[in-house]
Amino acid sequence: MAAPKKGRRPTGAQGRPGRALAIILIAMVALTAGMFLTKQTTPRLGIDLAGGTSITLKAKSEPGKPDAINETNMNTAIGIIERRVNGLGVSEAEVQKQGQDHIIVNIPKGTNEQQARDQVGTTAQLYFRPVLATADGAPVAPEANPSGSPSAAPSGSGSPSAGAPTPSSSATSQGRAVSEALKAPNAPSPSPSASESKKADDKATPSTSPSAPTAEQAAAADLQAKFAALDCSNEAQRTAVSKNVKPEDPTLACGKRGDAWGKWVLGPAQVAGTDVKDAKGIIDQQRGIWIVTMQFTDKGADKFAKITGELAAKQAPQNQFAIVLDGEVISDPSVSQALTGGNAEISGGFTQQSAMDLGNMLSYGALPLSFQEDSVTTVSAALGGEQLKAGLIAGAIGLALVVIYLLAYYRGLAFVAIISLIVSGILTYTIMALLGKGIGFALNLPAVCGAIVAIGITADSFIVYFERIRDEIREGRTLRPAVERAWPRARRTILVSDFVSFLAAAVLFIVTVGKVQGFAFTLGLTTLLDVVVVFLFTKPVMTLLARTNFFASGHPWSGLDPKRLGAKPPLRRSRRTGSDATAATVSVPVDAKEA
Amino acid sequence: MSKLGDLGAKLYRGEVGYDFVGKRFVWYGVSILITITAIVALAVQGLNMGIEFKGGAVFTTPKSSISETHAREVAEKASGHDAVVQKLGTGALRIQISDLDTNAAADVKAKLATDFKMDAAQINADLVGPSWGEQIANKAWTGLGVFMVLVVIYLAIAFEWRMAIAALIALIHDLTITVGVYALVGFEVTPGTVIGLLTILGYSLYDTVVVFDGLKEGSKDITKQTRWTYSEVANRSINGTLVRSINTTVVALLPVGALLFIGGGFLGAGMLNDISLSLFVGLAAGAYSSIFIATPLVVDLKEREPAMKALKKRVLAKRASAEARGEAPEGAGTEDAPEVVAQGRSGRRR
Repeated sequence: MAAPKKGRRPTGAQGRPGRALAIILIAMVALTAGMFLTKQTTPRLGIDLAGGTSITLKAKSEPGKPDAINETNMNTAIGIIERRVNGLGVSEAEVQKQGQDHIIVNIPKGTNEQQARDQVGTTAQLYFRPVLATADGAPVAPEANPSGSPSAAPSGSGSPSAGAPTPSSSATSQGRAVSEALKAPNAPSPSPSASESKKADDKATPSTSPSAPTAEQAAAADLQAKFAALDCSNEAQRTAVSKNVKPEDPTLACGKRGDAWGKWVLGPAQVAGTDVKDAKGIIDQQRGIWIVTMQFTDKGADKFAKITGELAAKQAPQNQFAIVLDGEVISDPSVSQALTGGNAEISGGFTQQSAMDLGNMLSYGALPLSFQEDSVTTVSAALGGEQLKAGLIAGAIGLALVVIYLLAYYRGLAFVAIISLIVSGILTYTIMALLGKGIGFALNLPAVCGAIVAIGITADSFIVYFERIRDEIREGRTLRPAVERAWPRARRTILVSDFVSFLAAAVLFIVTVGKVQGFAFTLGLTTLLDVVVVFLFTKPVMTLLARTNFFASGHPWSGLDPKRLGAKPPLRRSRRTGSDATAATVSVPVDAKEA
Repeated sequence: MSKLGDLGAKLYRGEVGYDFVGKRFVWYGVSILITITAIVALAVQGLNMGIEFKGGAVFTTPKSSISETHAREVAEKASGHDAVVQKLGTGALRIQISDLDTNAAADVKAKLATDFKMDAAQINADLVGPSWGEQIANKAWTGLGVFMVLVVIYLAIAFEWRMAIAALIALIHDLTITVGVYALVGFEVTPGTVIGLLTILGYSLYDTVVVFDGLKEGSKDITKQTRWTYSEVANRSINGTLVRSINTTVVALLPVGALLFIGGGFLGAGMLNDISLSLFVGLAAGAYSSIFIATPLVVDLKEREPAMKALKKRVLAKRASAEARGEAPEGAGTEDAPEVVAQGRSGRRR
């Protein structure tokens, strides 16, 4: 800690109090302006104070899985939905079980309701399925295949398909029932050879095609007819195709390829989203590209090794697997070798956003149950206005009491503390208001209480500093040197104790979710602002005030009257005086060690 | 108030002083007694966990003009538990009441129907799970654990390990007392309570750190003098920071007290009460423990050190010889004073 130099003469920080004050003034003006420009003049209130939207979800019972709706699965689902809706962790959404098979999700007012509904409702099940065939989903012009970039999409597959999106003119080469179907025109606009499979390879495919000529052929034929007819750019069809799909059946699916839609014929699900332990979008330092890493559970690792082993032996497009989230293909990477060991990565064509999204969906997307929306309704504030009002009134009274106490005890000095509190208040309020929009920060009643308590925490810093100054005056110093000499030590105390507070806030923010996280955020914010205010406002103001006659002369009302403070009169500038006055103790800070 | 200022000056100069450290076993005893009471209360009574942790029942009424406030009163009277009432967009009321099982829910449903003058069949009752699942509570515990480890490491570096240990014990002491009060009084534990409790984490230590900072400074170069033992220096440090401690505690407690007595007084039980009660108890305990528990503990740990033992011996020997010569054993203005001054000066030269 760079103490303000040796010696009695005020130096260092004191030299430029104006600069610090200018900085904090600019910050306040900028924040306030930002608040009015973005029209976010009040902090967003949490659901307990402002009400919001309540979504009730019902777990769907699925044929063949009568026991799926059980407590464990429900709790897992609640955990996943909780993490999804709380995204950044400060939006204060609540997730709760109702009855046996319902989940209530309460979202505070001001959240993007549609987005929230999408997050909790539609993204339900995640599977890895082998790709049997693929085509552009949207109607395309005949012949000249515009499906130029099926794999340029973020959901792009691994390297192979990324390279060559050749419109295969000879779908026949696939020879099989499914691929035959590809030749059939797409529903809206007949485009017979529309880019069936990327990279159709004439040789090997027939033998490796999964749909062997068996009794299932009828089903396959059915599938191929549907595949031909499917138009993924049509939302109704898209929704229909992904409905009521059993994981163990082959299916059709749509998915985004960049801006356009693609469609797939997919085999039975081989690996479920629940088999994924963790997934992340990260940047590959060596190649400088975004990739998604996956880590499987033990069981999942076995299954994944098996499917990738099978797929690696096949030809495109059947060496790909599709990651299907609630019936929609979100990625279809190709496989070049069996991936054992439970770790895998997907690369190719990701942007930062798409890699992180996919990682997020993979790790959180695997709901063990599927849900349907039962009802969506607005709810009023659970606590009602009176609690907030009472809280604010109590806060105002508490603040008034603090002010009275400070005035009575510190007199003139109290004004420094009070104005510092006001500065702190303005900064806190504007930042909270801005963060409502920025990161979905919602102020709930606990956070309001936290902010009120923060009054005390902030005032503490001033007290630490003021008491130090008074100690210096008791030493017999005049105000100007006292203010400067007291600062380094007060600063150390303030920093150490604020660091402890901040540590508590940071740890809580990192490891917890929901309300605790929102609260930890408030605590961390107020602690940081405390440091900012003390450094950039209180200290410079003290420096300036020390130059005024009122304070420097120790006016009885300044709170710094040496006589009242019990400084040893007569006031001598000599340091010895101080030593005498305090000779009785070794703990005397006369000889400031840092000075 | 200037009286407190005088006191501050006297404390600062060491003209008056309270023997916190010397009487530490009294305080330890008091604290152990309180802690045991808290633990017993916790074991016997347990905590009254709110709906957020335990779940309960949710009742949905048909569209009605009953106000939320009225509904809450009725629901709380009918069930004897806290209720959360929300008006739905459809005009219906959603009433959540904690800690009801199926049977109790049927009873309450009947009572609600009578009070609301509705047909019981119109009211839909369902059990709800906790909105604050174990998961969140567990994470809060994890956070607590991680924080404690980190803060001990930090304090051990910033101060020394003895102070870190003492601070940790003081922190656990504060948390135990706060939780004990909840068990004793039977207030419902809500997320607000937990949040209040977590606030204490930072705050209890804040106070302790301020006192330790004074102690660290005061005990610098302590082995270079023979006038005071470590425990005496520690006691002086506490006295020296006493005014600061009183002021910071008063200022912190004022807003919380306002929340507790005014906010709570207006509205009776509620979220404000939950939070402010845990804060109030925790803050008060934090202020107490930093003076009466944390610092004495540091002294106990520190005086086991050979260097401190040796110092104590020297100090006592010196006092004995001074007494033998018929001089006053201690105090300002005695012959010892110049020595300390000299000590101080030599410190400055370095």
